Amino acid sequence: MKLLDRFRDPELCKALLGKLEKELEGELRFMEVCGTHTVAIFQSGLRSLLPEGIVHLSGPGCPVCVTHESEVNAFLDLAERDDVIVATFGDLMRVPGHGGRNLKAAQADGARVSVIYSPFDALKIARENPDSKVVFLGVGFETTAPTIAATMTMARNQGLSNFLVLPFHKTVPSALAALMDDTATRIDGFILPGHVSTVIGLDPYKYIATDYGRSAIITGFEPVDILQSLLDMVQWRNRGEAHVTNNYTRAVADKGNAKARQVLYDVFEPADALWRGIGLIPGSGLDIREEWADMDAKRVFGIEITEVPPLPGCKCGQVLKGILSPDQCPLFKKACTPANPVGPCMVSTEGSCAAYYKYKVD
Amino acid sequence: MSDKVLLDYGSGGRASQRLISRLFLENFSNSELNRLNDAAELLVSGRIAVSTDSFTVDPIFFPGGNIGSLAVHGTVNDVAMMGAVPRYMTCGYIIEEGLPMADLEKIVVSMGEAARKAGVDIVTGDTKVVPKGAVDRIFINTTGIGEIVVDPAPSGESAKPGDAILISGTMGDHGLTILGTREGLEFEAGVQSDSAGLNHLLVKLVRELPEVHVLRDPTRGGLATTMNEIAGSSNVCCELEEGAIPVRPEVSGGCSFLGLDPLYLANEGKFLCILPEAHAEKALEIMRGDELGRDACRIGTVTDANPGKVVLITRLGGKRLLNMLEGEQLPRIC
Ligand code: SF4
Repeated sequence: MKLLDRFRDPELCKALLGKLEKELEGELRFMEVCGTHTVAIFQSGLRSLLPEGIVHLSGPGCPVCVTHESEVNAFLDLAERDDVIVATFGDLMRVPGHGGRNLKAAQADGARVSVIYSPFDALKIARENPDSKVVFLGVGFETTAPTIAATMTMARNQGLSNFLVLPFHKTVPSALAALMDDTATRIDGFILPGHVSTVIGLDPYKYIATDYGRSAIITGFEPVDILQSLLDMVQWRNRGEAHVTNNYTRAVADKGNAKARQVLYDVFEPADALWRGIGLIPGSGLDIREEWADMDAKRVFGIEITEVPPLPGCKCGQVLKGILSPDQCPLFKKACTPANPVGPCMVSTEGSCAAYYKYKVD
Repeated sequence: MSDKVLLDYGSGGRASQRLISRLFLENFSNSELNRLNDAAELLVSGRIAVSTDSFTVDPIFFPGGNIGSLAVHGTVNDVAMMGAVPRYMTCGYIIEEGLPMADLEKIVVSMGEAARKAGVDIVTGDTKVVPKGAVDRIFINTTGIGEIVVDPAPSGESAKPGDAILISGTMGDHGLTILGTREGLEFEAGVQSDSAGLNHLLVKLVRELPEVHVLRDPTRGGLATTMNEIAGSSNVCCELEEGAIPVRPEVSGGCSFLGLDPLYLANEGKFLCILPEAHAEKALEIMRGDELGRDACRIGTVTDANPGKVVLITRLGGKRLLNMLEGEQLPRIC
């Protein structure tokens, strides 16, 4: 049996589900932070098999979904400038801003927007368009930030003066504190993201157990990974314990990746950030350090992020906090569909509204 | 003839004559076409199935076939899915100036072969040559005509709760081959297009089992899209067993590498058959008796649980929707 097959083995899953059912006392409300987990839980059919007492909440771990309306407006304004070429991953193209604006529409109206597969591609565009400023939209978590930092370093080494980054990165651990502080969210435990954790490791999450008395487990993306983590959390709670552990040791080292963190923090420093639906979370973002100011699109273009009101009708905020499930949003499947998204949670392939739309059997 | 297709060849003059007689007539030869009249005179009776399709595939040559054989298979299969015996075809070629003559010849030769194998006469055709850049190398349009041999003809709106859902073989071979060739990827041996004419097998199937409710070929959009179309037009729920759907290991390997789902990839030599449970075994026997249905198997059941939806029972035994795709499936370039 190949390694991955073991983590998908139906018999093993059945056994774990049986145990979970047997040991579950009352309710366990768990949130998977990361959108890739949301999709994995649906795609494998796991969601329909979990015991009723296991309440499944999708969290704020889709980078597109947590990009604040104000940030969307800012990059849409930037795209309209004649001297700018916006370089972005494809998932931001259809994210709606106010008045139904999005990058796709801007592009059709003549804005120069390039969809790229790696930030390094943006350097090539910068080299080929010396008269324009090429701005990469830096959206993402700790997973993508090191690559972008490396791209900026490369741009400097190559003497490229027209490559910039618009820094809208967010960091995961502090957002979880904000969720637990909100009394409307009732979360017993977290399934922690696999990819982000490869960079940051276990330590930044430890406060979840020590300060909040909840459990959290770094978890892989296969059904056996997820079931094992749920079972661990149920058993700990039965014993009145809370822990933060790593169940994904085949990919994540407890210490994370020190090299990647160094690259990241050479260029970025912690800053306050606006999260869609959650608001301002102190220290949960990454700004570009003073030494790199010439590549910081916020400084170069004088972009101020001022808070704009949420999109009318969209319940993304409550969905991202696990207060509402996507199908409880009045617009779900009605005014809001993947072809016609009202909020980003319906746009991104990792968004919880899109996952519910795509996979959930009524 | 020159070694490249020139605009002259579409002029209607001598050059066109030469191209038609040396290439097309030689390879498509049949008594009706050879008369070279302005239109073909056909002998058809009863209820007729007609289908037309345009082929713009990129690349035009791929492991397992080319745009010429594909144009025959695609059209012949569409006609046969109506429970019809395909008899005649028309074909229109739109060629970009400069296409190597050797490529054109290869395409025409394999188109002629495919038509002969399917027992279909190409009775009329048209060739246009357009300036460089006006089309991408070559486009082919074909129309097929066949005589329907069962009453009622199988139709997408005829699936009934309790019916069995069968598939004639593995999913995704054609789609992955095309995408892979386009991206310049070399796959393990064994990944090639399944492009084939299914008409002989289909006609045998409906003649022996006129009870067949639905026949469909899961081409563009793959199994998932086709099943959703059927669930919608019959207003039933199609429940599929994920573990029963055959996919070659090489194809599922290639798909996971590119971030694609084989259930959304095109097939050009497979069909879906939905029919009353009582006839399912017999249908499978007929399908498996033919080289093109060797891997036929049952993949699900029609129910009335969630009308209009396709539900996938996963390997773990969980249920989820198998929805229509939003937009095109794009490979992940890693
Ligand atoms: S269904 Fe649409 S409008 Fe409602 S929360 Fe999700 S994205 Fe926002």
